[in-house]
Amino acid sequence: MTDDLDGLTRRTFVQGALATGVLSGLLPLTPAYARPLVGPTARVSSGAGSSVKMDLILRPERIEIAGDIGSVMTINGSVPGPLVELYEGHDAVLRVINHLPNDSSIHWHGLLLPFEMDGVPGVTFPGIPPGETFEARFPVVQSGTYWYHSHSGLQEQSGVYGPLVVHPRKPDPFAYDRDYIVMLSDWTFQDPHRVAARLKKRSDYYNYQKRTAIDFLKDVGSEGLSPTLSDRFAWGNMRMDPTDFADVTGIAYSYLMNGLHPEGNWTGLFKPGERIRLRFINGAAMSFFNVRIPDLPMTVVAADGQNIDPVEIDEFQIGVAETYDVIVEPRDRAYTLFAESMDRSGFARGTLAPAEGTQAAVPDLRERPLRTMVDMGMDMEKMDVGVMEMESGKGMSSHGPDGQGTGDHEMGGPEKGPGPIVARHGPDHHGPANTSVATVQRDRLGERGRGLAEVPHRVLVYADLRSPEPREIRPPAREMELHLTGNMERYMWSFDGKKFSEVKGPIEFSYGERLRLTMVNDTMMEHPIHLHGMWMELENGQGDRIPRKHTIAIKPAERVSVLIDADAPGRWAFHCHLLYHMDMGMFRVVRVS
Amino acid sequence: MVSLRVTISLFAAMLLVAAGAGAQTPDGAPADWPEPVPDLDFYGMLLVDQFEYRATNEEDLIAWEVAGWYGGDVNRLFFKSEGGRRTSSPTAGDAELQLLYSRLILPFWEVQLGVRQDFNDGPGPDRQRTFAVIGLEGLAPQRFVAEPALFISDEGDVSFRFEGTYDLFVTQRLVAQPRFEFDLAFSDAADFGVQSGFNDVVFGLRLRYEIRRELAPYVGFNWSRKLGDTADQARDEGEQVDDLSFVAGVRFWF
Repeated sequence: MTDDLDGLTRRTFVQGALATGVLSGLLPLTPAYARPLVGPTARVSSGAGSSVKMDLILRPERIEIAGDIGSVMTINGSVPGPLVELYEGHDAVLRVINHLPNDSSIHWHGLLLPFEMDGVPGVTFPGIPPGETFEARFPVVQSGTYWYHSHSGLQEQSGVYGPLVVHPRKPDPFAYDRDYIVMLSDWTFQDPHRVAARLKKRSDYYNYQKRTAIDFLKDVGSEGLSPTLSDRFAWGNMRMDPTDFADVTGIAYSYLMNGLHPEGNWTGLFKPGERIRLRFINGAAMSFFNVRIPDLPMTVVAADGQNIDPVEIDEFQIGVAETYDVIVEPRDRAYTLFAESMDRSGFARGTLAPAEGTQAAVPDLRERPLRTMVDMGMDMEKMDVGVMEMESGKGMSSHGPDGQGTGDHEMGGPEKGPGPIVARHGPDHHGPANTSVATVQRDRLGERGRGLAEVPHRVLVYADLRSPEPREIRPPAREMELHLTGNMERYMWSFDGKKFSEVKGPIEFSYGERLRLTMVNDTMMEHPIHLHGMWMELENGQGDRIPRKHTIAIKPAERVSVLIDADAPGRWAFHCHLLYHMDMGMFRVVRVS
Repeated sequence: MVSLRVTISLFAAMLLVAAGAGAQTPDGAPADWPEPVPDLDFYGMLLVDQFEYRATNEEDLIAWEVAGWYGGDVNRLFFKSEGGRRTSSPTAGDAELQLLYSRLILPFWEVQLGVRQDFNDGPGPDRQRTFAVIGLEGLAPQRFVAEPALFISDEGDVSFRFEGTYDLFVTQRLVAQPRFEFDLAFSDAADFGVQSGFNDVVFGLRLRYEIRRELAPYVGFNWSRKLGDTADQARDEGEQVDDLSFVAGVRFWF
């Protein structure tokens, strides 16, 4: 199979090349899938599969982006790069041609492949020097929605990312008439290395939603003096900021949908009565999004490329590097696709429209949320101060011990409360690289993304994710525990208090073994943890139908476990997918041998 | 004997070459591959916390307080300088320069060791002093930035200084910064106007507006008072014991 490459589908990039040469600076250089296409389907996704040969050409360019001209790194002339479409059971031959002035790379995020093709400089290959080409050639053994991005330096922030779809050998178990990529990302005109340096010098540099003296007076008015003082005292004592939801915010970022900023209004056309598949991909460097389509319920059918039992919801939070596929059935009117950054400092926006030029109202940004003492891993029973902004009640986790994700989808009201305490932190506080620990660690898989506890509609939670088919879930032969650690004041990020350069040697998996990796988030922010090359089976109470994910967004003070089949020999990257956290050393190599 | 050494050296060199040929990172990747993440990169910062005009009831001053660092996550080199120049005679005034090695020892605290050089330029005799410095810098509970430091002069005089500041965000850009400082001497150094005991106390309040995070003009006041025997000595020498000055300046960093 790998040798038979005759009759390859050769996809060239006429549009990208033309745009680069002719239209530069005149039009937003969006990739082809981001332009409205009229017809029964937006993209060809049926027909016999074939091996695919494709070139991805990386170039530094000045193009129109986010309403201005920016210095970006394009792939085939656009940001994001072109859609890479592959076919399960066939081969992919993807040539990455580096015309950037620095070494580069492309990692195929979520794909199972020989590790030499995985595209991580220093781990799986030496990187692609300027002017050189790397050919990634591998059999495609899965299907679904994925993406690809540079794994070199901070190039991903500069535009080196794009969507990747693998068409299944057998049709997906859900029907749809039209299929759109909705790739979310964050763009800044600031040099990414300066962004990193600013965070290093002053980690709250981009936070313009801090609690102020004026907020204090307002809270005294609404909550009373004593509770307000207690609350401020508690946060001050921890030397933490409850408004710390995003290291880089809308002050610096334009949030893009398929490469277009909100005024650019990416629009996907449809005919009334059609079912539309929207493939949401969070290709942002640093931004979680809360995604909703006002007045239009979404049925989630896949997560991280893997089909799940359909779940109808009104909003979901998507961590960096995750993907969710949803089916929507719009009526004959326009709808706004609204992706609010988790800290609510900005949004990406697009439109689903039955005709060009129509659009729907764009919602206001909601009030910025606050971290809670639960996020801090505080033991509420032992606290002697009243703390405001607690999520109400002391309810049970919404996914019970019976393994059934009950959620709160029937009601769609506010969440019942934080998940149950499942463990306590040991005496090791991970040294000076870590400022706090989750004294109490909770099962938070039944909880909504932070900031969504109070929204009065249905929100997807991890406990909802259930594989359509049961699998044999073998018990793990080995257990490992890893803590997510950091020191926000100095912008240090690490595992177990040690950054990558401080550990000697990889995390060793024995080839063929099955292990349970338990992760504890000792920090007060979410970290999307990504394992290359192997699935993480998320132990979310779904028994023999637990879902497989490539990236898991771990909430503050959460204790979460995954099962891993170490079935892919080689060296694999394992890291936080917040780009600047990875850059600071929240990174490990896993070696399967 | 010589030939034995040569033989050993040659053997060692061959071992090194052999090791280099198949050299690997601890992860098993070839040693000549790049690091996957640049987490050993150094960063640096220069903070001009105060650069201000001080309108005092004696002579007006241009005063500064500057700190810079360069290094990694844990180990850094610091320099700190503070001082003032009289506007009437710009060559006259006090200045202090510290060069320090700093190491993060606790999540919020770094220990700083190094030297301090004082310059005191006329009128009167130019006086210079050198100190060894042992200090701490960090974020105390309730988010006070605290800098306690112990100084040992080249003449063996020991003194202690505490500086504390707090950033109170009035709005997202308007920040009030109270500052508190005191000096404590454990021995007399009359030549330098210092008597043992609490020497002086300083309280300042500066209100800055962050046009950008890096650039913030400010106004405020600075009040200082000499204490105890040090104050007595100052009175005897005809100097003022307390001073209230209004300040206007700019805070910037890069």
